[in-house]
Amino acid sequence: MALDQSFVGRSYPPTDPYEVGREKIREFAASIGDPNPAYTDPEAAKALGHPDVIAPPTFVFAISFKAAHRVIHDPELGLDYSRVVHGDQKFAYRRPVRAGDRLTVTTTIDAVKSLAGNDILDIRGDVHDETGELVVTAWTKLVARAAEEG
Amino acid sequence: MTSKVAYADVEVGTELPAQVFRLTRATLVEYAGASGDFNPIHWNEKFAKEVGLPDVIAHGMLTMAEAARVVTDWAGDPGAVVEYGVRFTKPVVVPNDDEGATVEVSGKVAAKLDDNQVRVDLTATHAGQKVLGMSRAVVRLA
Repeated sequence: MALDQSFVGRSYPPTDPYEVGREKIREFAASIGDPNPAYTDPEAAKALGHPDVIAPPTFVFAISFKAAHRVIHDPELGLDYSRVVHGDQKFAYRRPVRAGDRLTVTTTIDAVKSLAGNDILDIRGDVHDETGELVVTAWTKLVARAAEEG
Repeated sequence: MTSKVAYADVEVGTELPAQVFRLTRATLVEYAGASGDFNPIHWNEKFAKEVGLPDVIAHGMLTMAEAARVVTDWAGDPGAVVEYGVRFTKPVVVPNDDEGATVEVSGKVAAKLDDNQVRVDLTATHAGQKVLGMSRAVVRLA
């Protein structure tokens, strides 16, 4: 069943703050095998002009996607998550995420489409720091494959 | 936010150093823990096959993270990345052995933009097939 078009433009209230920790960034960088010292050494990060260690570009997805769960599991929307695959992912950065940030995410449904029986959902997460400045915007396209006939 | 690459030294067509990334089951488990993505298609063979996959597959976001390294290693400062986007076109199947799967990533400068920024187009392949499409990053150079 096609998703309700009236959800386009709907925004969800900001999440509680996520505090970005140095050790969490270190753990994430290790998991992707990336030895860049900007992720682990505050002095190396400062030499590049950052006030503290920064996070790899895709680190913020864990935060934005968790916020997107409120859309995915919104009973009014009725998305069948068992059929969902991640189609596209994009980020636009005003500055890198860094240790000490307290980030909140405001999630908005940018588009709802139906294509050949597949439901396509474009979700935008605007990630702000504790001063209210926009840090990064994350766009996530989810595709719910058509249910099999039968 | 100071890239070690100068805008003036770069032309459309400039190639970034290519890299090969190896993903094993251990890599996927470590990434699951660090990212909080515990979807069993990334670690449970039985579950993956039940939902129609050939075997356990890598997290798309892990492939996206590895592909970014071609850009961040080149730029020097990962904070120089202004935009980054990909389309997940094919899964990376990771067998349960010591070899795992390899993803080859190359990149080249596709456009010089205003404000010392360039667009880099990335190509990521596994077993000879593209696993990311529309894989593009905008980077601010020195």
